[in-house]
Amino acid sequence: MTDIRYLAPNTLDEAIGAFAAAGSTARILAGGTDLLVQMRSGAVKPGLIVDIKKISEMTTIEETADGTFRVGAAVPGAVLAEHPRFGKVWPGVLEAVNLIGSTQVQGRASAGGNLCNSSPAADSVPALIAAGAIVTIQGPDGRREMPVEKVPAGPGRTNLKPGEILVSFTLPPRPPGSGDAYLRMIPRTEMDIAVVGCGVSLTLKDGVCTAARVGLGAVAPTVLLVEAAAKALVGSKLGDAALNAAASACSAACRPIDDKRGTIAYRTKIAGVLLKRTAAIAAGRAGRN
Amino acid sequence: MAKLHVSTTINGEPMEFLCEPNDTMLDALRGPLGLTGSKEGCASGDCGACSIMLDDRLVCSCLMLSAEAEGCEIRTIEGMAHGEKLHPLQQKFLEMAALQCGICTSGMLVASEALLKKNPQPSEEEVRFWLAGNLCRCTGYDKIVRAVLETAAEMRQARN
Repeated sequence: MTDIRYLAPNTLDEAIGAFAAAGSTARILAGGTDLLVQMRSGAVKPGLIVDIKKISEMTTIEETADGTFRVGAAVPGAVLAEHPRFGKVWPGVLEAVNLIGSTQVQGRASAGGNLCNSSPAADSVPALIAAGAIVTIQGPDGRREMPVEKVPAGPGRTNLKPGEILVSFTLPPRPPGSGDAYLRMIPRTEMDIAVVGCGVSLTLKDGVCTAARVGLGAVAPTVLLVEAAAKALVGSKLGDAALNAAASACSAACRPIDDKRGTIAYRTKIAGVLLKRTAAIAAGRAGRN
Repeated sequence: MAKLHVSTTINGEPMEFLCEPNDTMLDALRGPLGLTGSKEGCASGDCGACSIMLDDRLVCSCLMLSAEAEGCEIRTIEGMAHGEKLHPLQQKFLEMAALQCGICTSGMLVASEALLKKNPQPSEEEVRFWLAGNLCRCTGYDKIVRAVLETAAEMRQARN
């Protein structure tokens, strides 16, 4: 006998009404690749499960005339990969989303779930922070927006208020000469959790970096926006001095833990190494756009 | 709490079943639906032994609530052969001994069929990455990967 309820509403208003009314034991079900594992292990015992995949705004990808992308919070990685344009405009965000789990997990897992699960090592989050993505959140008091980097509050905790649901990501239009990339350090080639993850998005004009953003994962309780690293890149031609300064800024931003995946010293060093490699890929892509 | 009533399509047949809200699709398949070809290995989405197709997309049935099957099209290993006639992948797995204990096999076959539908000419690397979520503790993977590549080549030839 169980006292769990399952709802799959067709509208956001219904979902929020039920989610807010059910209180702290309610859980949102997007792809379920984290929630079902947590339920199985007994870590989470939901009183109400609200499946949001029947709400079209949650599962659609839109590109507007000005080049803005709006990606529903429950869009699975495999669906994002099949979009004819998204991966061309945001290859770094796509490669980060597609690194989450296996082919089977990609059939279900979403960037919204990855963000709300709030793991410091979430692969999609550094790339979304680098992209300058904004999330739309809806709750009992209406809609609001928040930069991605403001969503995680700590491991497993977000800054969403009770009853609020993450609806979508908005990625800004890309100026010409822009590129992004995501790299993670793992000890094997596939199916692992990042020891460090680094997302870089930048814009080049005549070889000079005119804009940059850097996201860094698995080196602090939340994924970080590293403004000092971006500052070191902007105005430079991405030469050794600028890259070394940006790498040092990444290492300086680290507040990691020692665990079985990596030590504090290792993570701190690798953060800088990954910044340089990721920036090089992003710059290569920017040069082709 | 009353059980949920779910109407779905499994291997082309309309099906109805009752489930608890927290039952997984794998629970429903192996329980009330009596389709025990999909296996439970890890129950946490790591091993792929419970792989099924949900609306033409490869997923782990252990990571899906059975209530989510409402109105969906599901295909399982039981729908792979046409009567007595095995799917070319099944035939090739037998011929090339791409299985030992068999626990991973239905998941391997469902995942491999999904790959060949999407990409009829995969490289060895593409096969290995696609099947990274299907664990096998017996074969060392080599025979499985070879069987998938060989089947792909034969299916391409048959089409020409």
